[in-house]
Amino acid sequence: MMAVGLGHFLAVSAILLVLGIFGIFLNRKNVIVILMSIELILLAVNLNFVAFSAALNDMAGQIMAMLVLTVAAAEAAIGLAIVVIYFRNRGSIQVEDVNLMKG
Amino acid sequence: MNWTLALPEIVLSVIGLAILIFGVLRKQDSTLACTMFTIGGFLIAGLLVLTRTYGYGFHGQFVKDAFSSFNQILILSGAAIATILALDWNKQEGIARFEFPVLMLFSTVGMMIMASAGSLMTLYLGLELQSLALYVLAGFARDNLRSSEAALKYFVLSGLASGLLLYGISLIYGFSGTMDLAALHDLLVQPSAASPGLVVGIVFVLVGLAFKVSAVPFHMWTPDVYEGAPTPVTVFFATAPKVAAMALLLRVMGTSFASLVGAWQVLVIIVSIASMVLGAFAAIGQTNIKRLMAYSSIGHMGYALIGLSVGNAAGVRGTLIYMVIYVFMTAGTFGCILAMRRKGRSVEQISDLAGLGTNDPALALALAVFMFSLAGIPLMSGFFAKLYIFLAAVQGGLWTLAIIGVLTSVVGAFYYIRIIKVMYFDAPAERFDPRPVPLSFVVAGTGLFTTFFFLFPAPVVSAAQAAAAVLFR
Repeated sequence: MMAVGLGHFLAVSAILLVLGIFGIFLNRKNVIVILMSIELILLAVNLNFVAFSAALNDMAGQIMAMLVLTVAAAEAAIGLAIVVIYFRNRGSIQVEDVNLMKG
Repeated sequence: MNWTLALPEIVLSVIGLAILIFGVLRKQDSTLACTMFTIGGFLIAGLLVLTRTYGYGFHGQFVKDAFSSFNQILILSGAAIATILALDWNKQEGIARFEFPVLMLFSTVGMMIMASAGSLMTLYLGLELQSLALYVLAGFARDNLRSSEAALKYFVLSGLASGLLLYGISLIYGFSGTMDLAALHDLLVQPSAASPGLVVGIVFVLVGLAFKVSAVPFHMWTPDVYEGAPTPVTVFFATAPKVAAMALLLRVMGTSFASLVGAWQVLVIIVSIASMVLGAFAAIGQTNIKRLMAYSSIGHMGYALIGLSVGNAAGVRGTLIYMVIYVFMTAGTFGCILAMRRKGRSVEQISDLAGLGTNDPALALALAVFMFSLAGIPLMSGFFAKLYIFLAAVQGGLWTLAIIGVLTSVVGAFYYIRIIKVMYFDAPAERFDPRPVPLSFVVAGTGLFTTFFFLFPAPVVSAAQAAAAVLFR
């Protein structure tokens, strides 16, 4: 039986981060999936903070995790609002339809 | 615990909340009143910043020094100019709502917190306060498809950048045990304290902040957001947030990681060169003037980053002077762009400027001044901005950067001067509508600053000198 150590937490969090980034760039379907990917990245970071906080025996990491949760909630609210106004104007939230301006 | 240090930020946020309540409770349209109160709030905050109460507050989370004051004054001026310009434009476009100045105000509070962040925690919260308000501002013309697409793109890419920045912060925290910038500096005095995990964290932070200053290769959002967002919002995007993000970049790299300059210098150099080159070449083919200004701002951020890559106080001074001059000439240029309006509809193609030299000589002269300045023609302020930067680069031994900078500004001069050619030598198009009075004042003021900077550079230079002395001790 192997004990779960800091390294394992960091590995899980790194995997979640990579999944989130890939979710943004490889996703060709829906904008909502992108919002979920951003949330995934922020949660990966939170896992990192909490794991480090426990390992270092320092509270700052956990406080930061709480702050990040709050900001993530605000960000999700604004993100969904933007998706709503976009849908109202465009009639679709497919990623390939977000192409009015070429950047 | 010295909370009075945060007085400018606290006062400004309380004013913001008061304006919000006032706007909601008042029955008739309160856009004008709210805009005036917002500008008043900026003035009060500016005066409070100028009292120069320096020190550390909130257990080092918050730091007030010459550097933060310098940047905060610049941020407040950029935000005030954007707010003034927005008033008439929003009314003409039918998006005049009192929330607009309030969002500007809260975003500005976020930027002021960024400029005086003493720890990575404050840095992140300030950044998010700024970004959350900016997402809404980008989509403020909510019945306009372009505006909502700009908001969507900005939200997704900025959210990603914040995530990467945050991941970097978590790594720095985990491998050093502290989020305090000054403590990080003390810790890293011994090079053995810099573990590989910490360096990876620094790279992530650098990526996140490079996105916020729209440096290549993290610039993808800039042209689309500049083009799609309502023009006064673009003015805002191009000025204040750039200053705040640059201030963060300078502060984080210059205080905490100054001893690791070898690790991040090469990255900043690459980013700087890529931004200068892309800014110069990608702008050539543009027909939309807002897109052109987006590439122009990418290029200018490349020049400003030269100062950071030099990695000493002289370089920081160059960057700070660059940011001052950049803010005023860009705000002035956008003032001219806001005046481009025919029969009540705003136009933004470069060809629409044809014949401005005969139709409206004053506006054409102002735009010509700004274009010469952006191109870096001598005696305009833009030339001195580049001069201080290249001087620092050469003194720091970064000849390549200085040479590439000069070459790209020659390329850049091509498309700036093309605009002047269109204004004065092309067959005249129809006249623009009469321009609003506040806009004329802003354009005249920034134009005078840009033209006559060479007569009185001393106040800006000495303030930048004092601000830069705080970093890279």
